[in-house]
Amino acid sequence: MIEVKDLHKKYGDVIALEKVSLSVQKGELFGLIGPDGAGKTTLMRILMSLLLPDTGSAIMNGLDVVADYKKVRLITGYMPGRFSLYPDLTVEENLKFFATVFGTTIEENYYLIKDIYQQIEPFKTRRAGKLSGGMKQKLALSCALIHKPEILILDEPTTGVDAVSRKEFWEMLKRLKDMGITILVSTPYMDEASLCDRIALIQQGRLMSVATPLKMTNSFPEDLWAVRTRKIYDTSKLLELIPSMLSVNSFGQVLHLVTKKGMHTAKSIIQFLSAQGEVEISVEASTATIEDVFILLMNHHKQNQ
Amino acid sequence: MRTLFYVLQKEFTQVFRNKSMLPIIFVMPLVQMLILVFAATNELRQVDLAIVDYDHSYSSREMIAGITGNPFFKVQQNPDNSQDAEALLMQNKIDLALIIPRHFDKNLIINKSAEVQVLVDAINGNAAQLSLGYLSSVIGSYSQKVLVNPIKPEYRQTKNIIIKPSYWFNPQLNYKYYMAPGILVVLITVVGMLLGGMNLVREKELGTIEQINVTPLKKWQFIAGKLLPFLVIGLFDLAFGLLVARIAFNIPVRGSLILLFSLASVYLVLVLSWGLFISTISDTQQQATFVSFFSLIVFIMMSGLFTPVESMPDWAQKLDFINPLFYFVKIMRSVLLKGSNFADIFNEFAALSAFAVSMFGLAIFRYRKTS
Repeated sequence: MIEVKDLHKKYGDVIALEKVSLSVQKGELFGLIGPDGAGKTTLMRILMSLLLPDTGSAIMNGLDVVADYKKVRLITGYMPGRFSLYPDLTVEENLKFFATVFGTTIEENYYLIKDIYQQIEPFKTRRAGKLSGGMKQKLALSCALIHKPEILILDEPTTGVDAVSRKEFWEMLKRLKDMGITILVSTPYMDEASLCDRIALIQQGRLMSVATPLKMTNSFPEDLWAVRTRKIYDTSKLLELIPSMLSVNSFGQVLHLVTKKGMHTAKSIIQFLSAQGEVEISVEASTATIEDVFILLMNHHKQNQ
Repeated sequence: MRTLFYVLQKEFTQVFRNKSMLPIIFVMPLVQMLILVFAATNELRQVDLAIVDYDHSYSSREMIAGITGNPFFKVQQNPDNSQDAEALLMQNKIDLALIIPRHFDKNLIINKSAEVQVLVDAINGNAAQLSLGYLSSVIGSYSQKVLVNPIKPEYRQTKNIIIKPSYWFNPQLNYKYYMAPGILVVLITVVGMLLGGMNLVREKELGTIEQINVTPLKKWQFIAGKLLPFLVIGLFDLAFGLLVARIAFNIPVRGSLILLFSLASVYLVLVLSWGLFISTISDTQQQATFVSFFSLIVFIMMSGLFTPVESMPDWAQKLDFINPLFYFVKIMRSVLLKGSNFADIFNEFAALSAFAVSMFGLAIFRYRKTS
């Protein structure tokens, strides 16, 4: 269980974390979603006792990250955002080294990493620096798990990893969660958010919303329209002129238009566009994605400033 | 203990997997010993000079013959006047000009004394001193000869004091004996400081230190893992360098080798801790290299390796009290050349030990697992 209360952290004049409070339940897969520089890594490094908070507290399974930092390190597994195993040691040597410094052996906790490690075991004599991105992540996860942690903290584990490996990685996390391990994972990919039990949206050091992914998308407070057009750029410029428009964003070949609740129908939008000369267009009501929620909250946040 | 063993095993594995490590361990001592010892010499090989003889007398020719007969001096030209000699000096064609004035012979016979003028290119002050010294002694021995074989018997001087120097510990004044122990000190200092220091900062660059910091690994275990492999390499390089010096220059080993290597271990702990300290305050290998090189050059230049400490200004001599190289260069020379025993160099040992302990403490203190 992770209990974060009123965490503050400043780097000089830059506020990295502002009044962050958060609670992650035991055995929960909790996602920290936000763009680069939002404060995800700072929060994780404070939880790992690698960084001291300015004010506020964080408790991990009853242990304070500042006062009991030595014990905290024993019960947590950490995977930093950057690959940080020894590139000049082999797969097996890396795993053995981390097992030993935690006072355990590979055999003792092998059952925990078996599923993951088996996939890279054929390459166990290969140097870690020569592994592919996906294999590196698997090795790093194995090393973070080898001392049987109660809590796992993963900083952007899927950044820079191919789509197949990403999918596999999330399946592994699901299995670890089922073993009762509490997992806090950060990601800049909004599509991965739906794979978490609960998520927190973080932006500029502030938590904007905490909920289950479904609740977050279902409680989207405005109207959302999916607009299909051939001329994405021209149409998006036109859409910005619609009265009570809140935002227009492109999602691949589709434009997401957000308008104030109850102000428009699909018909009224089509009428508006055809009056401007756009005809080859389809507009339909759509359900929001996490990204839509994020953008909406971000705009609110900006307006409040 | 098991943890420390594994940490050491990991460090040794990494050191020997590093492709540039073996050349550094073997080539560096060879290059340093075989090239630097020869290059860093103060001995004079040849002095180019010009002689202007305004006198053209028996005495002046006699003296010039004495100079040209000396293998150190090579008379390049015999210009007619001193202006030409000065011009040659300006053009870097000669190092030294000897001007024998008119009436040299006459003054010598009548006044019992005569003067000559010597112009020296003193850009290299050391070489200028030496060549002037050689020339003076050649002229001196000529004047001795004039006195011993006087042209007229009444010039004979009855008393003559002849100094017969006896050079202890290095009777032939072999410059290599003096330089080789010092170069050995530079060798193990560079190995210890750069290799040891780089190793820790490399973990910072790779980000592996993040992963290490969240393990229950103790600070001292981590630092010991960074220190011991390079202590072993440093001692090995000292042995290898000493062997090269023994074979190439037949350098004497008069003191106890056990004493020498024990003191070298203390010194290496100091140097390694110093390198580690620099790397704890640096973020990249580049920064660490720069700071290491800077301190290394200051310490080497002030250590008395190339220039005697006694000729440095008072404040510089005082500053040398905190220069570890100063102590270890002294220890090396004393043990190898003089055969000093432990009691003789106890003061240097005490100073080095005190520095080693405090520097090691500082490195451990400065290495934090939290930022």
